[in-house]
This record gives sequence, C-alpha cells and structure tokens, in this order.
Amino acid sequence: MKKDDVPQDLSSLGKITQEVCYATDSSGKYVAALSSGWDVKINALDVAWGDIEKRIAAAKEKVLNKEASPLLFFMEYRLMDSKILAGYTGFWQWQIKRHLKPEAFNKLTDKQLKKYAEAFNIKVEDLKSITVHED
Amino acid sequence: MKIEFEHHQAAHCESGVTSNLLRNSSGGKITEPLAFGIGAGLFFAYIPLIKINNGPAIAFRTMPGYIFNRTCKSLGIPVISKKFSSKEKAEAYLKECLHNGDPVGCQVGVYYLPYFPKEYRFHFNAHNLIVYGMDDDKYLISDPIMDTTHVMDSCQLERVRFAKGALAPKGHIYYPKHGAVITDETIKQAIKSGIKKNVYNMLSIPGSFAGVSGIKNTGKKIKKWRDKLGLQTAGLYLAQMVRMQEEIGTGGGGFRYIYAAFLQEADNYLPGNQLPEISEMFTKAGDMWRTAAVHAAGIYKGRIGSQEDFDTMGNYLIEIAEVEKMAFEKLKNIKWQ
Repeated sequence: MKKDDVPQDLSSLGKITQEVCYATDSSGKYVAALSSGWDVKINALDVAWGDIEKRIAAAKEKVLNKEASPLLFFMEYRLMDSKILAGYTGFWQWQIKRHLKPEAFNKLTDKQLKKYAEAFNIKVEDLKSITVHED
Repeated sequence: MKIEFEHHQAAHCESGVTSNLLRNSSGGKITEPLAFGIGAGLFFAYIPLIKINNGPAIAFRTMPGYIFNRTCKSLGIPVISKKFSSKEKAEAYLKECLHNGDPVGCQVGVYYLPYFPKEYRFHFNAHNLIVYGMDDDKYLISDPIMDTTHVMDSCQLERVRFAKGALAPKGHIYYPKHGAVITDETIKQAIKSGIKKNVYNMLSIPGSFAGVSGIKNTGKKIKKWRDKLGLQTAGLYLAQMVRMQEEIGTGGGGFRYIYAAFLQEADNYLPGNQLPEISEMFTKAGDMWRTAAVHAAGIYKGRIGSQEDFDTMGNYLIEIAEVEKMAFEKLKNIKWQ
C-alpha cells in the first residue's frame, strides 16, 4: 500500500488516536504512516454491533415475557457466553444455564447475585431490574 | 515511582511492546517490523471450532506471546514470564518489578480496558501493553497502539489482567532481563532464524487449517458459505474475517505490510539476498487482502451477495495463497550471502 492510499475515514478509534500502519513512500521504502480509520473496517464493526444489538433486543423481550431471567439480557449486553461468565463468577456452566430460568434466578441468594453483578460490572438492583447505565 | 521509559506508538500491540521493551538493550535497533519478523509474526489459521463472537476464529498472525518470546530467544535475551492464580500475588509481583526499575509487558483483555472506545471492546484477551511505573496509586500505561500514554487504577488493571474467556491472560507478565547486549551479528542471525520459522509455519504445518494451505482452503470454504449458512450469517463471518485481518494498525493488509517492511529492514543487515524483491511480493499480497476486504464489505453491507460474489471472494483468497506460497518458497530457498 502506498502512503497516499492509507485510508483516512474517521472511525470511533480515530477520534481517540490515529493508528500506525506501514506503507511505502514515493521511492518504495516502507515508512510508518498514520490512519484515522477505514470504512471497510468501520462497516465490519457496524455489522458485528448490529448483530449484537439484535441479540440484546431479543434477550430483553424474552426476559420481559418471563421466558428467561435477567441474566440472559446482561450476558448478551456484555457479549458473554456461559463459558466467559463461568470464568468471571466461578459458577459452573450448568449452574449458569439453570440460573437463566426466571424461577431459578429468583431463588438466588444475595451473595450469588453479587457475583453476577460484579461480573457484569453493575449493581445488584440493576441486575434485577435490567437497568443499564452507559459506561 | 517512575522508570525511564519512552512511549512509541506501533501498528500492532505485541510487536510494539516487544520493540519498546527492547529499546534500551538494543539502542533502538529492534524496530517494530524487525520484532515482528524475528518473532515470525506472520501467520494464517482458520479454526472453525473456536467461536469468537459467534463466528469462526481466523488469525492473521501468530499465537499471542510467541512474538515476544521468539524475538528475545533469537536475540539471546533471557525472558522472565509469569502467570498467576492469585490476583494479590500478581499485583505484588508487578509492583516489585516496577520497584526494580523494569518496565513490564502485560497480557490483558480489552473488554474492560477503560481508554478503548466502546466499539472496539470485545472479549479479546490477547492484547498487550506496558506498565512503566506508578503515580500515587495509578499505574502508568504505555499501550503501543495508542498515540499517548494512559493511567489505570489498581482495580481497572486487575480486571483486564484477569479477564476471563478464551486465552485468559491469568495476570501474564513478561519482560526481558536487562543487561543483555544486542550486536548487529546477533540481529543478522535472528533475522535468518525468524524467516526460517515463518517459512515453516506458512508452508509446512500439516493439515489444511494453517499457513498458505489454510488460506486456500478458507477460500474454498467461503464459496460454500452462502448455501451453508445463509446470506446473513455468511456476511457476519466475512465481517469477522475482515475485523481479524484489519486488527488495529495493519492498514487492511492482514499484517502483510509489516512483514514487507521487515524484509526491507532485513536487507540492510543481509544485503544481496533479494529481500527487497521478496518484500514487494508481500506488499502485493497485502494489497490483495485489502481488495478482498473491500469485496467482503460489499457483501456484508448487502450491496452484493450472489453466489458469483461469494465465488469471487473465495477466489481472492485462493490467489493470495498462491502469491504468499511463492514468496515463502523464495525465502525458503535463499542461500544466505
């Protein structure tokens, strides 16, 4: 890639820092150049987040219909599968799957709820009421 | 507690951390492209069994941790590397290193990394940064992909050092022992051994998931994605591939440009081995990856999406595999002058 072709499409990262990439100058020598982002990648990220938003919305619907516990919503919100959540909480994956049912979730002790809340980096009351504070 | 340390922005986190940690002992000679090449950083692997964000894992560079270890090993620099099960011990050890005047590399997860924009926060646990001191109770952070330094408090740092999920860092900390001297002769030998290792990884790993055969095989698979997965999921998979390829700072070329830059720099140490010509082949491969990414974007944006478009996409990878195969075979056949 030639230095002049280094993409300069402003990305969310580009607002914070430019990225270094290697490109060739007029004599063909590689130099470090700065890029503010690239549409192709911005779109790839948009596609990924579009999919995540859909999953979050579907999870919320399920929780409101009492088909799933608030856990499902926050797992989607925090992009966690049961394996990652098991890592953060110390619960087994089968326990997490059980806690995804509203009946099982409602029986959780304060201590157990706290573990989940910590993993999601939220407060216990927000976990129960599925309240989101942007961070 | 402040250690003499200069922050230098880099294209890629691990080669950047490696180059920055070796700046003192190498007198700045180990640039980022040299670290990337000596560490045999270029790779390709398609691992459908490992799911990342509901898509297949596709890697364009070597396993996390390898670049630093290989680069130091090839340069004859002893490495200190530790993982921890206890968060308290991990922090105590970090403080001890800083107290001894050693800036240290840390493997971290990016999901809870406070200075990262939200759009970039996934559960990706193979990011690398340098901790180079403390200011009151804040840690001083040099993240090579950022243009300036940052600070993190103890809780924030602990959270990312003990991120969970695939490739969990487990407080992984690493740094080169100081006092080592790097001569031009060591660099020459290290370049040769880095190239040899990379040739092996791209040409000789058995099976069809890795190296140039992995690229070719992925190209063949992509042609079937539309039928097998449906247009929407196939689009998501392609977007995932582009995101891995364009992992921060590669300019879209899937690390091929860094490798091309490495070969140019290597030519200064080992002239007369046709390295500039081979470098151009990697530039070409990088350009082709970029063109393929633009085509992929057409699909995941929904602008195009016929079977023919997927065939074209697959063919791009098959052609790239050919170019990279030729380039690595040239490297393999070098009789060093």
